[in-house]
Amino acid sequence: MARWALRRAAAGGVLLWLVATLTFALVSLAPGDVASRLSDARISPAVRERWRHDFGLDRPLASRYASWLGSALSGDLGSSWTHHRPVTAVLAESIPNTALLASLGLLLEIAGGVAFALAQLRRPHGTADRFITVVTLTAYALPTFLVALGLLYVFSYSLHWLPSSHLLSPAGELATGWAKTRDLLAHLVLPVLTVGIAGMGAVARYLRGSLLDERTQGYVVAARARGCSETRALLTHALPNAMLPLITMIGLSLPFLVSGSLVIEVVFSWPGMGQAMYAAALARDVPLLMGGTLVATLAVVVGNALADLAYAAVDPRVRV
Amino acid sequence: MSETTTRRLRKSAHLVATGPRRLRVGLLILTSLLGVCSLGPWWTADPSAILDPRVAALLPPGSSRIVVERRDGSTLAAESVRHEGDVVVAIRGGVAERLEAGEITAIRETSYWLGTDTLGRDVLARLLHGGRVSLAVGALALFVALFVGVAVGMAAGLAGRTIDGVLMRLVDALLAVPMLFLLILLAALFRPSVFTLVAVLGFSSWMGVARLVRGQVLSLKSRDFVLGARAIGAGPLRIAVIHLLPNVTTPLAQDAALRLGDLILIEAALSFLGLGVQPPLASWGGMVAQGEELVMGGWWVSLFPGACIAATVVAAALIADGLGDLARAQRHP
Repeated sequence: MARWALRRAAAGGVLLWLVATLTFALVSLAPGDVASRLSDARISPAVRERWRHDFGLDRPLASRYASWLGSALSGDLGSSWTHHRPVTAVLAESIPNTALLASLGLLLEIAGGVAFALAQLRRPHGTADRFITVVTLTAYALPTFLVALGLLYVFSYSLHWLPSSHLLSPAGELATGWAKTRDLLAHLVLPVLTVGIAGMGAVARYLRGSLLDERTQGYVVAARARGCSETRALLTHALPNAMLPLITMIGLSLPFLVSGSLVIEVVFSWPGMGQAMYAAALARDVPLLMGGTLVATLAVVVGNALADLAYAAVDPRVRV
Repeated sequence: MSETTTRRLRKSAHLVATGPRRLRVGLLILTSLLGVCSLGPWWTADPSAILDPRVAALLPPGSSRIVVERRDGSTLAAESVRHEGDVVVAIRGGVAERLEAGEITAIRETSYWLGTDTLGRDVLARLLHGGRVSLAVGALALFVALFVGVAVGMAAGLAGRTIDGVLMRLVDALLAVPMLFLLILLAALFRPSVFTLVAVLGFSSWMGVARLVRGQVLSLKSRDFVLGARAIGAGPLRIAVIHLLPNVTTPLAQDAALRLGDLILIEAALSFLGLGVQPPLASWGGMVAQGEELVMGGWWVSLFPGACIAATVVAAALIADGLGDLARAQRHP
């Protein structure tokens, strides 16, 4: 266990170093340096020169690389150019919102996917199975932003049932206790639904395939022979085994969950990390973009390690 | 065309015709989208032509407007026209305007089957032109990804354990990076153009291909036909291209179909965010974004391009599933 943890930490460290180097290389290779990019023609060369000095751009590449790595290692990701605050402070504010949205979305995605797959397996190749196959294929193929806009159009603009954007309404911001929680929940519904619908299709399609394989296995046939009902054979015997690879799949899909929530956060003005990164991209806030990419990668590394731990916990054949 | 090529083509056509229905449906959707988008723009209106927002903005699908062509080459849009002797009265934005009949060379009606956007541009024309861009970017990026992925996968599979280890750790690492974040960093640094978009999308999605090819190569490289080729002195490049590549095409085609769908979705997301294909060039993702402001009324501006993206991805998934069925059927006849 300790050796496994050490090996994973080392691999994660190498990955983070790779990403840090890659982002640094991209930023350094981009045509025109940052000081000339920020400025327009009206700014005098002297001022531009001072900026180059302030940003440390007049130092050699190697020393800039070393200081970027060094300060990133000590947890200092520089200062955001648009927020005029440390990058870590900006990220610390937005990450909990993204985590809330992504984790609730992931739960909905799994619950929906399992429900669809089980409904399909009641009578494989029957009418319901075919219909749900079309539904899950469509859910898989719909671009997330279209789902988001569609939900907004129906539930927010047309029916006025749910708020369209932000974490809280102005009134909710001032409220306390239950009223505030209710406001937050109302704001959560549409973004979480979008995350869930976007991922549900893939989970259901995958689970249907593995359940179809699993239900003809000896242990499920034996369970039926002992007098288990079809539902029981599926739910308590086939499903746990069919869900195992899903853990790995979810671990592998973490980068997409983190990136995918970017589009959703932008559409719903959800004050999360994706929204912060998007604003940074539009404003060319390079430190925030570099730091955000690094932190998102860290989240994925940790998430993957957790997925492996979870796999080992539920499958006794696997040891970490 | 050599005889073997003809025979192979005939064999593939036979497989498609008799094979799984999913494959046929997927290929049908994809080829019709490709056909309509590559040929359609020849007979639709200019996609960036701005008729007159006052008259033609945000028309629902199925509307039509009158276009008056004048002697000086300019055009004028109107809701309706009527002749009053020598004068033509055009109703424009609810206001009557009198035009000299002598100045007018032609009066015709334009139909907007899929409506117009806020600038009065034809959604159908933009949909077809945008489809050209979106499909071309997706296909070219897929080509880049396949090229890099096959090269790296072959190298990792055929070269020794050290190179294999290094390349595969690199693949693992890049797979764990949240790509959209890296892509928006790139979009912020380099001015997005179709060329950079193809390069960036291609170079950020070859890792899965490399992993797949390496796995296949490892299982194939100790087979007799490879050992035989090596025994008569074939170099690694010859073995890779002539002996191994034809044997990985089936899983590769399946992976490529799914990857095309993913690439179309990523391109659409980037263009939707304004960091992909740049206006005035139309793309499906960009058109959905444009409709975002119109979500109060003009659902058609977003819905049609969004449905086209979904149709492409559905087709790609069906082709991948169908190819999988085909491979299974061949293994267990």
